Amino acid sequence: MFGKLTIAAIPYHEPIIFFTFIIIMIIGAFLFASITYFKKWKYLWNEWFTSVDHKKIAIMYFFVALIMFFRGFVDALMMRMQQFLSSGDNGNIVGNNFVGKSGYLTADHYDQIFTAHGVIMIFFVAMPLVIGIMNFVVPLQIGARDLAFPILNNLSFWLTVTGVVIINLSFFIGEFARTGWLSYPPLSGIKYSPGVGVDYWIWSLQLAGIGTTMTAINFIVTILKMRAKGMSLFKMPIFTWTSLCTNVLILASFPVLTATLLLLTLDRYFNFHLFTTEMGGNPMMYVNLIWIWGHPEVYILVLPAFGIFSEIVSTFSRKSLFGYFSLVWATISIMVLSFVVWLHHFFTMGAGANVNSFFGISTMVIAIPTGVKIFNWLFTMYRGRLYMHTSLLWTVGFLVTFTIGGMTGILLSLPSIDFMLHNSLFLVAHFHNVIIGGVLFGSFAGISYWFPKIFGFILNEKWGKRAFWFWITGFFIAFIPLYFLGLMGMTRRLSQHINHEFHYLLATSGFGTILIFIGIICQVIQFYVSVRDKNLNLDLTGDPWNGRTLEWSTCSPPPIYNFSILPVVKSKDDFWRRKIEQKDFFSISSLPEIKIPKNTNIGFFVGLFSVFLGFSAVWHISWMFFLSLFLIFFTFFVSGFNTSFKYSLSSKHVKNIEIENLLKQDYNNNDNHQR
Amino acid sequence: MNLKKESNIIIKIMFFTTILFLSGCSNNFLLPKGEIAIKQYSLIAIAFSLMLLIVVPVFIMIFFFVWKYKKNFYKNTYKPNWDHSNTIELAIWFFPILIISILSYLSYQSAHELEPSKPLSSVIKPVKIEVVSLDWKWLFIYPEENIATINEIVFPTNTPVEFRITSNSVMNSFFIPSLGSQIYAMPGMVSKLHLITNYPGFYKGISSNYSGRGFSDMKFKVLAINNQKLFHSWVKKVKKSYKKINNFNVFKKISIPDENHFIEYFSDINTGLFNKILKYNCESQD
Repeated sequence: MFGKLTIAAIPYHEPIIFFTFIIIMIIGAFLFASITYFKKWKYLWNEWFTSVDHKKIAIMYFFVALIMFFRGFVDALMMRMQQFLSSGDNGNIVGNNFVGKSGYLTADHYDQIFTAHGVIMIFFVAMPLVIGIMNFVVPLQIGARDLAFPILNNLSFWLTVTGVVIINLSFFIGEFARTGWLSYPPLSGIKYSPGVGVDYWIWSLQLAGIGTTMTAINFIVTILKMRAKGMSLFKMPIFTWTSLCTNVLILASFPVLTATLLLLTLDRYFNFHLFTTEMGGNPMMYVNLIWIWGHPEVYILVLPAFGIFSEIVSTFSRKSLFGYFSLVWATISIMVLSFVVWLHHFFTMGAGANVNSFFGISTMVIAIPTGVKIFNWLFTMYRGRLYMHTSLLWTVGFLVTFTIGGMTGILLSLPSIDFMLHNSLFLVAHFHNVIIGGVLFGSFAGISYWFPKIFGFILNEKWGKRAFWFWITGFFIAFIPLYFLGLMGMTRRLSQHINHEFHYLLATSGFGTILIFIGIICQVIQFYVSVRDKNLNLDLTGDPWNGRTLEWSTCSPPPIYNFSILPVVKSKDDFWRRKIEQKDFFSISSLPEIKIPKNTNIGFFVGLFSVFLGFSAVWHISWMFFLSLFLIFFTFFVSGFNTSFKYSLSSKHVKNIEIENLLKQDYNNNDNHQR
Repeated sequence: MNLKKESNIIIKIMFFTTILFLSGCSNNFLLPKGEIAIKQYSLIAIAFSLMLLIVVPVFIMIFFFVWKYKKNFYKNTYKPNWDHSNTIELAIWFFPILIISILSYLSYQSAHELEPSKPLSSVIKPVKIEVVSLDWKWLFIYPEENIATINEIVFPTNTPVEFRITSNSVMNSFFIPSLGSQIYAMPGMVSKLHLITNYPGFYKGISSNYSGRGFSDMKFKVLAINNQKLFHSWVKKVKKSYKKINNFNVFKKISIPDENHFIEYFSDINTGLFNKILKYNCESQD
């Protein structure tokens, strides 16, 4: 009846997990009770869960990323703590070797933690952040009213949530994978991982991955078909360009992930022996396939971050972006090149000098367009007038950290150096250097830059800058020691009896993590203070930073239809041009009737049934699996009878909204004059 | 004057922190003990300094531009529409391409020179060691001496060592950090690795690819002896061990997973054991 699921699957005997479980239950019950008490369920359902508005979906993505970031960061703290303790003095002698201590976590527990940390940070923090920002910004930047397929957008979001729910279920029911974030077979095969951990991993990524693929289709169509009149490809803002390239990468690479996970599923569920050595399978086939997806994934994350930095540098230098064409072409060449470098993740497989040097050199070639981008940003600042907004601080921080990360990346791309540093903490430091320095700093920069557009008020600068300084110092103290540890021969994923000579550097690194933690607290305070002083920091003009691109031409937060009259574009940075030429932006005399997509509940229900689907697949509950599969198709079937997808907003209604926004602006202007 | 003093203090602090960093790392850090590792470290140094040719100017530019253009708005030139310059474009494409070309050559040349499967040229006949990674310990077979050990290898200095490596369970990576290159140990497949050491001493060996619960303790001891005679006396000592792996079932017993295994010696080895293990991993084991 319940497949492999028994009461023993609930880890009530693990004090750490059980304690967390109880705390989360209490918080959950409290949330549930307060939402019911304030009668907010209907509001949540109508305004958020079923919304197809790209702006609201973006905010929901941020919310998911934020919660998962908290979990991923706690994992990181626990790992630092474990490595610090288990390398401590007074270790015992086992065998003939002097070894360190055991720390406070068992190897089984620790292995789940580092796997969860990797999976969560990449799939459920970085991806939702990047997709959330694209969701919010792209339609506004190209002068569109929504994405091409609003319902699909809602569905993609809920499938991401499905992945999040499944991975969190593994925390309380059963176990999570103990295989590392990419689950190489044969370790992830049924023989060496007979538990449900790897199945949780598979289904969480499989369902979230399908959502991501659909997002890519949505964005590519939106960017190619729904740009404002006059906006040719080479008049698009850089962020839109990088989003386009990222989504092409997603569309080309995520199906590989889906297929690879499917093959692993066949291996684990039906003994296909595709990735076992017995009966003719080959585990290295999996390693190749997963990195054919995995390497582009890195660029999927970092390209939009490049776009964000480009917008910020140009806006806060009050200059047009230097070398627009070379930036675009650099982005395109990174997009293409990212597909021919995957083998650099496993030079140590021993494919031979010729194969290794091919992939080594192609990896280095990517450094050229990336280097060009860095120069482009630098020359944008040159002869500009810099306003050191927090987002520009993050950008400068990015330039420094990413340059170091890129440099160590090139070192690792030399096959003969990689034979020495592969899988060491040098590698760990390198990819944290580029992913935190690139993607996370990029997202923080992007959020503080577009925050007034999203919520209508400006984030507190003082706390934002404090957060930045704690983050950046913490970051360097946490990760620079790892480079040295790597050179000393410390490998990654160690948890027990760590050599005592690594102790002091591990302690330094742990201290850095605590500084980062303080940085995060500063960000929480920043958010709190900004909400508290909201009325003092309202963005009434819709253009707080003297922006250049179309998203700043509408009010903050934008009305549901974004633009009452769709803009017509004459040049790149069109809004800037209009401001210089002092053209009247629009008249409200003849406003059109606007059709707006209706809310949908397909996304929520398909997401919900997908959770059942994943859960039943993990525990081999076949009736539930087929039932939820049926329900998913039934939901689509029923929605197929739906014929009205849009409702219209009368021109009078639109006019009222527009007048209200204009009044806000007028009020602001008068206010400024009085000052 | 004051500024100078301050910068002096900062330099001193930086100097001492570096010393502090390095003092904790006396054992392996930047002290490679074999020809391969020495070449790899010098390659790191060369590649690193080549990249500094670009990275240092970039850092200078980052800090200088930020420092200069964030104040004195009205003294500095401000060119809001200046967004293209052929000279600069040429330079920012040319210099990265130049450095990367040099590095590419270096990469190609070193990948061929230091390819782990390439035998090292030496007049001395190499020592052959067959390595099998088990859950979670290392089995070392000396086919020519007809002995085997668990978690310990001994070989003479200045003698090439030829490793043939496979796994009897999941993937591992065979790695002696002080001697350089590592390589994957994969079930059903053989990887080759050639190493040499020029200094006698104890070295640490590890698995550097996560392989499950006992991975942290999958360490082995490496002893380089500066004298062929001593090596032979060690072989004799191992041969005196009463433990034997004279048929495959004994091996199967050894391969039962356990953690933090002690060092063990075996005196009589089933001929072709390594190849049998390879074959065993390709067959159905149901």
